[in-house]
Amino acid sequence: MTDGSLAALVALGAFHGLNPAMGWLFAVARGLQERSRALVLQSLPAIAAGHAASVGTVAVLVALTRSVVATRILAAAGGVLLVGFGLWRLLSSRHFRWVGMRISLWQLAGWSFLMSSVHGAGLMLLPVLTSPGTAPAGHDHGLSSSGSALTTGFFVTAVHTLAMFAVAGAVAVAVYEIVGLAVLRRAWFNLDRLWAAALIGAGTFTLLTAV
Amino acid sequence: MALWKPDPTFYASPRDAVSAPPEKLAYVAAFDRAAEKPDAIAVLDVDPDSGSYGDVVGWTELPYLGDELHHFGWNACSSALCPYAPHPHVERRYLIVPGLRSSRVYVIDTKDDPVTPKIVKILEPDELAKRAGYSRPHTVHCGPEGLYLTALGGANGEDGPGGIALLDHTSFDVLGRWEVDRGPQYFAYDAWWHIAHDVLVTSEWGTPSMIEDGVVGELLLGRKYGHALHFWDLRKRRHVQTVDLGDEHQMVLELRPAHDPTKQYGFVGVVVSVEDLSASVWVWHRDGDAWAAKKVISIPAEPADAASLPPVIAPFGAVPPLVTDIDLSVDDQWLYVSCWGTGELRRYDVSDPFHPVEAGSVRLGGITGRVPHPAAPDLPLAGGPQMVEVSRDGRRVYVTNSLYGAWDDQFYPDGVGAWMAKLDSSADDRGPGGFTLDERFFPNGDAFRGRRPHQTRLQGGDASSDSYCYP
Repeated sequence: MTDGSLAALVALGAFHGLNPAMGWLFAVARGLQERSRALVLQSLPAIAAGHAASVGTVAVLVALTRSVVATRILAAAGGVLLVGFGLWRLLSSRHFRWVGMRISLWQLAGWSFLMSSVHGAGLMLLPVLTSPGTAPAGHDHGLSSSGSALTTGFFVTAVHTLAMFAVAGAVAVAVYEIVGLAVLRRAWFNLDRLWAAALIGAGTFTLLTAV
Repeated sequence: MALWKPDPTFYASPRDAVSAPPEKLAYVAAFDRAAEKPDAIAVLDVDPDSGSYGDVVGWTELPYLGDELHHFGWNACSSALCPYAPHPHVERRYLIVPGLRSSRVYVIDTKDDPVTPKIVKILEPDELAKRAGYSRPHTVHCGPEGLYLTALGGANGEDGPGGIALLDHTSFDVLGRWEVDRGPQYFAYDAWWHIAHDVLVTSEWGTPSMIEDGVVGELLLGRKYGHALHFWDLRKRRHVQTVDLGDEHQMVLELRPAHDPTKQYGFVGVVVSVEDLSASVWVWHRDGDAWAAKKVISIPAEPADAASLPPVIAPFGAVPPLVTDIDLSVDDQWLYVSCWGTGELRRYDVSDPFHPVEAGSVRLGGITGRVPHPAAPDLPLAGGPQMVEVSRDGRRVYVTNSLYGAWDDQFYPDGVGAWMAKLDSSADDRGPGGFTLDERFFPNGDAFRGRRPHQTRLQGGDASSDSYCYP
């Protein structure tokens, strides 16, 4: 894995963590409801776990597929998928709904998994996953390389999630303790549109580098 | 198109909403009882610095006759900030306006020209009937994942059960019936929620045949109108519990849950007790794992000469207060109670919801009082303060005088007229001086072009439109 890929993974993790809709707002809501910082902190691992499961599924699938399919085909297919998904996110006005306000940590993790999945959080990592730098070591397409592909998938997921968790946690605690939710009105830019643009951008980049 | 930043009229918490800037416009549903002229949304200038303050400055007529506009609401509100379905970049711009008699629902856009809002979509009655099995749409509430529309009747005006239809909050299509399991619930009227606790509450009026031709005396004395509250699981859409207030308490109408999302109590008004014609306000609350309700305000009937009374109440020799609407300020401190029969608007300090303290009263109209407005001291007023709406900051209170066409005619047979008034409410002065009529604000009579004004909605939201997920 190159330094550039690593930086991209961390940056995307930070971007996901920053988005109130990806979970930190839920953590703050739970904390405020019970006036408990502990509840804010307790919620964050569940949210990160759900996010990791969503991102990890894509990362592991891509890494495994890569070990048996030519990079170029995978990158092209992934690029098309990403652009399509990004356009859908941009144009769709549906709002995701699964739970209410009173939920268990398991449900919170499940919510986070679904929220990340319908937003294509894992897909956004495709350029990193299909870039030459993240190829599994060795070129024999045998068992050993799928093992190493799995390792790559887990590594990518771990780095990304850690960055997401750190940023989401920092924002959640800062909002809960210091800033207050009034900041939402000024600072909550429409990340959904930015998100869609990022998906389309990532897809285009993947396609361009594939051909 | 979605906004880049959250709609500025959305607030995460009731505390934030109290700091909202004052509204400049008010939208008022006005209907023609004779169904000879179209109903309309009247737009009122409520900016005290404006030259046309207190005037009807805009007027959007509907394309049909006989809708009987009643309650209406915003397409989106502060609940869009709720964390489980966050979408704060939608806009509060459309008024969802149901016709209570026609079952038609209008979507009216206020954005491009707030003074002359435009109809952009009409849901025909058969869509509501076919997709949700309801008619007689009544209350609109913007939820995080859709619009909730209560309805009094079954499909095509059948006598019930009434319930809630869900509408998509971008296309405004009817998505279907909300209830998965309604349990014993049959009557519908209002619905609101404790959104942070996944609890929905509904109240009861009567089915279409019980209301559309006026109060039916035998049904009332037979204690057949609604007299219960229903509690629901908001997520699972299942009936959880009925709290019966007792069948002498006829017509359990407006629900005003505490705005503070950490709290689980709220107020509901009862129109009339058949035992002594009194009206009452109850507080519902958690009682262990269950729900309970307690009467906290009782307003007695006022004795009157039978000759001065309309036939519907003449045999009783008294004027019932008829509490037909209540409204709770966003800071959960003040409860306003309309006594439409006696022509009185009361203010209570409900800081302790179980022990309301009366903190102001204003008389206007009334069946026997006909108390005039100070702006027109020689004009006796019919009707009384009815729909009451409080501004987000809690300082301004708007009232209109019509209840419901057929009922107006029964209680005010010589004509209910048309008027609207505004009161200034001060938190610092708890005495009578803290709650006074604004003498500059009294649109009436021809201002409403022969229509009767009903509910008011304030630009940017008001005390009965938004729900908050954060304390």
